[in-house]
Amino acid sequence: MPDQEKYNEADPMAGAGTEEEEMQSAIENRQFDLGTMEGETLVKGERLADHPEAPSADERVVPRSLWQDAWRDLRTNPIFIVSSLLIVFLVLVAIFPSMMTSTNPLNCDLSKSQLGPTGGHPFGFDTQGCDVYARTVYGARASITVGVCATVGAALVGTVLGGVAGFFGRWPDSVISRVADIFFGIPILLGGLVFLSVIKNKSIWIVVAFIVVLGWPQLARIGRGAVITAKEQDYVTAARALGASNNRLMLRHILPNAVAPIIVVATIALGTYIALEATLSYLGVGLRPPTVSWGIDISAASDSFSVAPHMLLFPAGALSITVLAFIMLGDAVRDALDPKLR
Amino acid sequence: MGSYVLRRLLQMIPVFIGSTFLIFVMVHALGDPVNALFGDRAPDPAVAAQIRAQYNLNDPLWKQYVLYMGRLFRWDFGTTFTGQTVTSQLAAAYPTTLKLTAVAFTIEVIFGIGLGLLSGLRRGRLADSSVLILTLVVISIPVFVTGYVLQYLVGVRWGVLPATVGFDVTLRSLILPGIVLASVSLAYVARLTRTTVAENSRADFVRTAVAKGLPRHRVVVNHLLRNSLIPVVTFLGTDLGALMGGALVTERIFNIHGVGYALYQGIVRQSTNTVVGFVTVLIIIFLLANLLVDLLYAVLDPRIRYA
Repeated sequence: MPDQEKYNEADPMAGAGTEEEEMQSAIENRQFDLGTMEGETLVKGERLADHPEAPSADERVVPRSLWQDAWRDLRTNPIFIVSSLLIVFLVLVAIFPSMMTSTNPLNCDLSKSQLGPTGGHPFGFDTQGCDVYARTVYGARASITVGVCATVGAALVGTVLGGVAGFFGRWPDSVISRVADIFFGIPILLGGLVFLSVIKNKSIWIVVAFIVVLGWPQLARIGRGAVITAKEQDYVTAARALGASNNRLMLRHILPNAVAPIIVVATIALGTYIALEATLSYLGVGLRPPTVSWGIDISAASDSFSVAPHMLLFPAGALSITVLAFIMLGDAVRDALDPKLR
Repeated sequence: MGSYVLRRLLQMIPVFIGSTFLIFVMVHALGDPVNALFGDRAPDPAVAAQIRAQYNLNDPLWKQYVLYMGRLFRWDFGTTFTGQTVTSQLAAAYPTTLKLTAVAFTIEVIFGIGLGLLSGLRRGRLADSSVLILTLVVISIPVFVTGYVLQYLVGVRWGVLPATVGFDVTLRSLILPGIVLASVSLAYVARLTRTTVAENSRADFVRTAVAKGLPRHRVVVNHLLRNSLIPVVTFLGTDLGALMGGALVTERIFNIHGVGYALYQGIVRQSTNTVVGFVTVLIIIFLLANLLVDLLYAVLDPRIRYA
């Protein structure tokens, strides 16, 4: 029985961001599956539909939604627990860095330049004689702000544009897909080197805006594929036959069923955006001092890596753990939301 | 098939024009290139005017773009303000980066697919878990950190491979940068291959192949792997562009005078033609790689037919 579930349940990731031909074959497969399905699994398929408020009081078995199912899965998944605890901790550090250290990261003493770890200064000092531990703690804010804001921005723009393209088809689809292709055609680091060297005074928000501009096409493609899959479903046809408006169809019926793959890709993208910010700062086009950022510190430490490796390894370790936490969270969420893997 | 290729090529035209125009506008927003050419000195007005006229800098931006593209199709990428032709810069830088990308791509394909296959066939066992954990760690560590650590350990401390490349580009000196450049993509390829192999190993066609008595290696290579490679090939194709873009970082760590180095110099000196020329060639490579991926689909999966 568990094996059958794997094959029979509708797969929200199917056909995400693929060509029409494959989309067609994905739809055909689903119809084939529906044909061979037993009555029991039909109920399961319906569970994906959006009617959490539908069951009446006398109904004994309340069908669980995809989200309730996913939440049940996640609660017992050790990867999810570890990564979300880590993320909560990192977010707290980013908001209240003074909780972790009383040293000012900008208060430096050149006489302690490149000194190794000592008592009271567990991570040692960097070339300017600043406390590496304090800088690592304060660096969390820039990285996490950029990661979270860029992901939210890219997900919003990507969902709206991808959704419009997938739902309306025809010319809106052609226009949005071609525009997405244009931004997709620019390799992201290359674009960063060119675009960001134009702007001289860089705040965090410029870097966020840049990542959103080059990051949304990826999410729009996923969203478009998911919406195309969802709008072919019977419950959408049924709602349309009952006279639901386009807005209602999109917001109440299609969005809840198409948003799962977007959330998965966005969570994983969050980790990669944090790494991207550090890479841009390393290339000298991202954040600038006096902003405290892991990327800036790693870049500054790279020149004397063989002399004082601690200057590079501690911020790099913090950066890697943060990226790892978000990627693990994304993995866990995908496993929970993708019924094919269950 | 022929009409499909034609349609795709036609679709590429607006994308190509859009991406290059975007880059063109941004590069011109860098500032006045003539002022940059003279550095801190004030340029002689007559000389400045002559340079402006020579490089069409007085025309509106769209006209400059059209003129530039017109020359481009005659394989004339223009000259830098120092009189060097961009074509010669391209010829000096691209082979180096292509060699680096080729080394990285080979490492990525062999080890990525190999590890993914190994782990997908042994789902849930020790080999599988170690591949999963290892790839997750590799994905999380930024490339420039991996680069400096490996350069120090392998190149400086143990002295196994050359630590930097410099002007004398040999295959041996490119192995270490190749590994660093390939590392993140390799991890993605391994994970993707693992997922599809694990999914397909339960498929009916694999069971049929086993049932009709095919030797195991034929089942794995001809039936399982060929069907599992379709999403992997998509990833590899789009990754080609990312590899060449990612080479910016790797080239900087290992002192390789390739595209990244030339682009960086171009941006610092505000040499419009250099930057636009290099980026245009990169975008062409990127678009062609994507087209190639779509055509490879049909080869790998006979169910897909392009009308």
